[in-house]
Amino acid sequence: MALTPQQLLEMYRQMATIREFDRRAVEEFHAGNIPGVVHAYIGQEAVAVGVCAALRRDDKILSTHRGHGHTIAKGADIKLMMAELFGRSTGYCRGKGGSMHIADFSVGMLGANGIVGAGLPIATGAALAAQLERSDRVAVAFFGDGASNEGAFHGSLNLASIWKLPAIYVCENNRWASGVPATYALSVPEVSVRAAAYNLPGVTVDGTDVVAVYEVAEQAVRRARAGEGPTLIECMTYRWRPHNEQRGNPADPRPSEEIEMAQLHDPIALLGAKLLEQRIATAATLQQIQREVEAAVQEAVAFAKASPLPQPEDALLDVFAP
Amino acid sequence: MREITYTEALLEAFREEMRRDAKVFHLCGALGALAGLIPEFGAERVRVCPISEEAYVGASIGAAGSGFRPIVSPGMMTFAFTAMDQIVNQMAKIRYMFGGQATFPIVFRASTGGGRSAAAQHSQSPHPLFMNLAGLKVVMPTTPYDAKGLMKSAIRDNNPVVFLEDQMLALRGVKGPVPEEEYTIPIGVADVKRQGRDVTVVAIGKMVLEALAAAEELAAAGIAVEVVDPRTLAPLDKPTLRASVQKTGRVVIVDEACLTCGAAAEIAALLTEDAATFQALKAPPKRVCAPDVPIPYSPVMERFCIPDQARIIDAVKEVLR
Repeated sequence: MALTPQQLLEMYRQMATIREFDRRAVEEFHAGNIPGVVHAYIGQEAVAVGVCAALRRDDKILSTHRGHGHTIAKGADIKLMMAELFGRSTGYCRGKGGSMHIADFSVGMLGANGIVGAGLPIATGAALAAQLERSDRVAVAFFGDGASNEGAFHGSLNLASIWKLPAIYVCENNRWASGVPATYALSVPEVSVRAAAYNLPGVTVDGTDVVAVYEVAEQAVRRARAGEGPTLIECMTYRWRPHNEQRGNPADPRPSEEIEMAQLHDPIALLGAKLLEQRIATAATLQQIQREVEAAVQEAVAFAKASPLPQPEDALLDVFAP
Repeated sequence: MREITYTEALLEAFREEMRRDAKVFHLCGALGALAGLIPEFGAERVRVCPISEEAYVGASIGAAGSGFRPIVSPGMMTFAFTAMDQIVNQMAKIRYMFGGQATFPIVFRASTGGGRSAAAQHSQSPHPLFMNLAGLKVVMPTTPYDAKGLMKSAIRDNNPVVFLEDQMLALRGVKGPVPEEEYTIPIGVADVKRQGRDVTVVAIGKMVLEALAAAEELAAAGIAVEVVDPRTLAPLDKPTLRASVQKTGRVVIVDEACLTCGAAAEIAALLTEDAATFQALKAPPKRVCAPDVPIPYSPVMERFCIPDQARIIDAVKEVLR
């Protein structure tokens, strides 16, 4: 299905929102306003937005430690996200999760995960639930190149393949698993070839091209809804920030030329150029979107800052369901 | 009352709960006795998995978060150690980390214990490990009656419940009375298996049977032993345990798990830190546990490690001295 101009503009807005959200998250982290750990998604926006554009609200996604982008693309409220980063009681997890554990079950976002590869089995189970219900819902697991070396990856793909589950495994190959380069850590040139071992389709796509990502995802979703089983999608991308934000003088093992090179392929600029070229938007429209996005994120930060902290003894709540 | 085995009791619980709620289904590493459910419920709801515990234990979490009530059975708990991330980091924590916005009703059942020369990787009593994981309930029933009633409650519970079945209870095929009519046993409630005024023996899993045998033998010598089975290890039934020890003033705690940081240590602590129970004690509490070694293969060494009737009798006599 070709994307409408309206959809393309919405995708542009979402990518800009993700970038601005994480730009502010990084800023607030370094200002000392956000405790803990922040893993910025900047540079990878086309993956989350391209894949989620192919999904319905009732489809499920599982995310990673670098999860803000997926969460926004699935339709979560950035005010509640930012409040969670600030550790406030109004946050998605009432301050119990923070950046790495945001979930919004109401939009099908079944949780970010601090353990590499751990979301794949859970997504596989969400796909099994859809199959058991005879629903045409699908479940997507986002994960990185590093996770494809985990047993959870291999066990999940095998399970989904033998049961023909409506699962889509989206590998964001940003070329670095924390500090370990994929060129060293992967036994294969591309993660997608690992699909062959589980008898399912594997495809590698330019993860900075949101339309290309959408097209591949849309095909995988169609397959899954039709009961034809899972797909492995590898999106070649790059993270612009270090693995996680660190105060002081962070050690980033990546060569600076590599980072600069990647920034020449800015997924947002690429889509912006396409929108201008196809006369879907004018420069003024894009600037207007950017201003609106900045205002929305500013509002989210203000909401977070104005929100109350949890009561210390709230730590004792939510361990068990009634 | 009719008598059925531990395994038959569990199968009855599964059958009743699967009829009651279409969202209940099985993910299992091997069918075993569950094959008996397939004629009625089909292979889709009684689903055999490849040997990828990490993948299918994780899948149970995803299914639970999507509205189902999976019962996941990797077989032996030692096999499930390959799924520890999914159990420890996911199953136990995600409801909490997500601020309570979702529920994960899962029964995670596995067999434990030693006693058949299976050596250390097929003989372990790791329940204390799970008792130390906030977010999991842990039950460990001994009799067919308790197994059925607690399984039904575990399936209906809106949280992950680790359901531990001592492998010898199923293997021995010992029968026990189970009523035909429906019943459940609440999680978190201990049971006094035998009344006595002289010494409380708190016993877990198949140690309950050893304790009852010891109590019978000691009764002949004029010693009245009260045997208490916690049945649920997390949360522990503090009032029942404390009340028994306040009555007898003496306590022996028997567990097949290793001594250090075991269930027996936790029980000893909850008894002694309570002022009324502490004041009622006439002798220091005594633990009877496996030594801090992996379970060995050769039967003579294995018997040396696993507590039994004789060791319980010695311990009772010691606290009575």
